[in-house]
Amino acid sequence: MALLEVENLQTHFRTPDGVNRAVDGLSFSVEAGETVAIVGESGCGKSVTSMSILRLIPEPPGKIAGSIRFNGRDLLKLSDREMRAVRGNEISMIFQEPMTSLNPVLTVGRQIGETLRLHQGMSASQAEARAVEMLKLVGIPEPQRRVKEYPHQLSGGMRQRVMIAIALACNPKLLIADEPTTALDVTIQAQILDLMRDLKRTVGAAIVIITHDLGVVAEVAERVIVMYAGRKVEEAAVDKLFGAPRHPYTQGLLGSMPKLGSSLTGEETRLQEIPGLVPSLKKKIEGCVFASRCPHTTDLCRKVAPALEEKAPGHIAACHYAIKEAVAA
Amino acid sequence: MFAYVVRRVLATIPVMAIVALFVFSLLYIAPGDPAAVIAGDQATPEDVERIRQSLGLDRPYLVRFGSWVFDIMRGDLGVSIFTNLPVVTMIKQRIEPTLSLMIVTLCLAVSIAVPMGVVAAWKVGTWIDRAVMGFAVLGFSVPVFVVGYLLAYIFALELDWLPVQGYTSFSQGFVPWIENLILPAVALGSVYIALIARITRATMLEVLQQDYIRTARAKGAGQTSILFLHALKNAAVPIVTVIGIGIALLIGGAVVTESVFAIPGLGRLTVDAILRRDYPVIQGVVLLFSFVYVLVNLAIDLLYTLFDPRIRY
Repeated sequence: MALLEVENLQTHFRTPDGVNRAVDGLSFSVEAGETVAIVGESGCGKSVTSMSILRLIPEPPGKIAGSIRFNGRDLLKLSDREMRAVRGNEISMIFQEPMTSLNPVLTVGRQIGETLRLHQGMSASQAEARAVEMLKLVGIPEPQRRVKEYPHQLSGGMRQRVMIAIALACNPKLLIADEPTTALDVTIQAQILDLMRDLKRTVGAAIVIITHDLGVVAEVAERVIVMYAGRKVEEAAVDKLFGAPRHPYTQGLLGSMPKLGSSLTGEETRLQEIPGLVPSLKKKIEGCVFASRCPHTTDLCRKVAPALEEKAPGHIAACHYAIKEAVAA
Repeated sequence: MFAYVVRRVLATIPVMAIVALFVFSLLYIAPGDPAAVIAGDQATPEDVERIRQSLGLDRPYLVRFGSWVFDIMRGDLGVSIFTNLPVVTMIKQRIEPTLSLMIVTLCLAVSIAVPMGVVAAWKVGTWIDRAVMGFAVLGFSVPVFVVGYLLAYIFALELDWLPVQGYTSFSQGFVPWIENLILPAVALGSVYIALIARITRATMLEVLQQDYIRTARAKGAGQTSILFLHALKNAAVPIVTVIGIGIALLIGGAVVTESVFAIPGLGRLTVDAILRRDYPVIQGVVLLFSFVYVLVNLAIDLLYTLFDPRIRY
């Protein structure tokens, strides 16, 4: 049994002009201690997926259906109270915006200590002592002093370290990181990724990392799930996905990645782009979701939605022509 | 921090000076000659002139202001033209009921309005939210004396739960004291409650959209902790500001409320003094109210640092 098993997840939002199917029939699983990346363009449903796992989607207007089994328990069937005991304790989350994700009027120590007091019944002084340890663990110098400071006294990188400290304080089994490095400087990004990798080894938590940055994926993930228009279109081990992407969308994503030094080698390479936009999620899509932007679209694609099939051992993709494409590429 | 406090305290001095100048000028600009009032109907112009001299009204404006300020510094607000008692003594006799009324109203209003606003923001769009907002509109639009008479009619005359009017000193026990204050406090507080509830709701709605509220949820914090710790502390600055500014409503409303409920406080004293053109008393009371207002807002400025660590001037 996997640690997290998401099955046929459907997160829909009721809006004045129709239902927005932000996530539509997504299934995936995460093993204990594994790092899985979910990638895709803005608006493909990555963040909604992560928020759905912790049930942080406001209902209404949102509605989550399907099943999310964590350690065998279906999170969607838990009461609010039981769900609160899971959040920040067994599953915790770090967010994209370190500048705004910390409460500006509470000290760093108080914010780290909050989960410890909530979930482990620690006293205020025990929680503060542990907060100092956590700050040391995430590499913040002078933790004794920092623990009494407020977020505005810390830099962006430090704040993200504090977020990580909060997330790991209760030794969660699963850490969901939603674009954890997007808002940071490149040098700080590398530091935070290193930190996450180190801590994963010490704490042993599984990580689901949500990102649009394929560099980050290559850096930390073992397995990759590519999402498009609220669905999974491809899933494979990281080396297989980068080495032989099967789905035209994944190929497009990889092609649109700038390569370091490409202008120096003399090759006149233009960055590839994927033409068009993500289709509206308010209409039921006939056929393949990527058909309107795919360079290889045929009549079959427009009429019949391709199923997720195993195209190679451990490598699944939803494309009628995936095998052929791999050979051609 | 200490430097900030000192600077804020010093900054109130020019404010108070300007307030004093206004209070002083206002009544001398106002029509009606106090000397003529004192002298009565049968007085000759010579009598009026003599009284004017004895009151010092014939001296130049700035000289009069100077000596008035000098007297205030020594704690002397002058002598009532009507009763011949020192104004300070008259204020001391009347201050307890007014102070009691204001403190009870303030506590009542804050303890009702803030939770009301918080719940309205939490349940935004539901009937609870609409009920709170409806009440707020009502509180704004119905005058104090209407609310006062209505409350007195229902709870004192019809139901006989509380006294109709009057005031019992705190020294005679808490229960009779508070019994006499509940209806006036509700009447006086209705506008104030409406104001605080509205600003609390508006500020909370904004704060609840913030990323750190999502973080708090992701940590497993309960609804009460999210509303009253994570959100309310962030919303505190605008709310506390409105509470401070609203003190002006209480001062103005106290004059009416004391008349409706026959409370022998400063409000009644002011009304009586105005009707008699008792200038020193009017000046004394208005000056006192103004200084209280300035000091309350100073206290609130200092409170900001307690709620928001980013404010450190």
